[in-house]
Amino acid sequence: MSAVVVTGLGVTAPNGLGVQDYWEATLAGKSGIGRITRFDPSQYPARLAGEIPGFAAEEHLPSRLLPQTDRMTRLALVAADWALEDAGIRPQDLPDSSMGVVTASSSGGFEFGQGELQALWSRGSQYVSAYQSFAWFYAVNSGQISIRHGMKGPSSVVVSDQAGGLDAVAQARRQIRKGTAVVVSGAVDASICPWGWVAQLAAQRLTTRDEPAQAYLPFDAAADGYVPGEGGALLVLESEESARSRDARVYGEVAGYAATFDPAPGSGRPPGLRRAIELALADARMDADDIDVVFCDAAADPELDRIESEAITAVFGPYGVPVTAPKTMTGRLYSGAAPLDLATALLSLRDGVIPPTVHVTPAPEHTLDLVADRPRETGPRSALVLARGHGGFNSAAIVRASA
Amino acid sequence: MSTQQFTLDDLKRILIEGAGAEETVDLDGDILDADFEHLGYESLALLETGGRIEREYGITLDDDVLSEANTPRALIDAVNGQLQGGSQAAA
Repeated sequence: MSAVVVTGLGVTAPNGLGVQDYWEATLAGKSGIGRITRFDPSQYPARLAGEIPGFAAEEHLPSRLLPQTDRMTRLALVAADWALEDAGIRPQDLPDSSMGVVTASSSGGFEFGQGELQALWSRGSQYVSAYQSFAWFYAVNSGQISIRHGMKGPSSVVVSDQAGGLDAVAQARRQIRKGTAVVVSGAVDASICPWGWVAQLAAQRLTTRDEPAQAYLPFDAAADGYVPGEGGALLVLESEESARSRDARVYGEVAGYAATFDPAPGSGRPPGLRRAIELALADARMDADDIDVVFCDAAADPELDRIESEAITAVFGPYGVPVTAPKTMTGRLYSGAAPLDLATALLSLRDGVIPPTVHVTPAPEHTLDLVADRPRETGPRSALVLARGHGGFNSAAIVRASA
Repeated sequence: MSTQQFTLDDLKRILIEGAGAEETVDLDGDILDADFEHLGYESLALLETGGRIEREYGITLDDDVLSEANTPRALIDAVNGQLQGGSQAAA
């Protein structure tokens, strides 16, 4: 079966806009987490977020798209533009049906929807935009990217919370194996608006701390919830033949993937994360010894942290593999988190360096070799990326440097 | 009876507010008889535009007005027909 490779990256993250900004910030340990500025958060129990500063959509997108797009879609459209440019692909030169778009979404366009709901209750139904029919919708990022670039091949959206970012890339890989030449995949989520915020608060997993450097602390004895963020990454995936035929620069191969679902509470059966890791290794025909770094899910919930560190330790042994969570600098980006981790992993393979986890002192019960505080130059050739979604989703993906 | 006139400038303003403008199209050119589709406005953009005209001018446009008025001239005529004592003029 043909290898599926990544040839382009587009990043919009709280600590960097564009791949280079993001990667430099991440290696420098620069966090994008701070007090919310997009609305006054003082009346809410959680007040920190990873916001993307300095993104002016009108600098990047035509006016025709602005009235019909939520912030998450604007970010996604720009990330897709950058990823295609990075891959050296001009969509207008390829057959429409040879290109697809598969993204993940966690919540849809909340900010747009909030504005329309406000118009509905304060002014009446005739003030609701016709574009609300799709601007909020889970599939809208796939749709708008597809329209913008004339990509009429197999396209879809995956909705499985934070795991969705890996599930989308896996679906893109399937479509390429079935013959689609190029698929734009990954995810961008953004719902830091009052309506989106109360929805996130409802799960009761956000930290209520106010000091950015002491808030999102996965695997730390002080872990008490996560900080959410906005953004994500889009990746250009294609078959190895396609990449080679046009002499494209290849970041790496999507070598393995698996997804599992946790058993119902009280069933007595074990959580599914370990099995997702083992199945992804089997899919990649690799052993635990072949993995050079793990980008972990890093829920910062004591129970979820325990499950994750036990799964990693079960497969790799105590302190058996370097583990990192650069998302400690962005917050958890929902569906955008894992594609950003995939992009980060591929940059790690390119530059031979593992980016750090910031602000965390691992508790002794987590027998993890956490890459804390500063980057580690170990020359990784392969990376395992983990992502879990609310309600029991577990996904694992493996990227490896091309031979 | 209203003496208000709905002009091409009004339409252009509402189109840009509601749906933006295609970069390759000059809305200040001679567009009165151009197809909306050639100007970059698909049916949803026209639905949004129609909604904005209705609420700004206090009129109701039949659904088939929006689907049949393919050009700015046709839409402007239909709106002015309503404004000047059309049978469905707003109360």
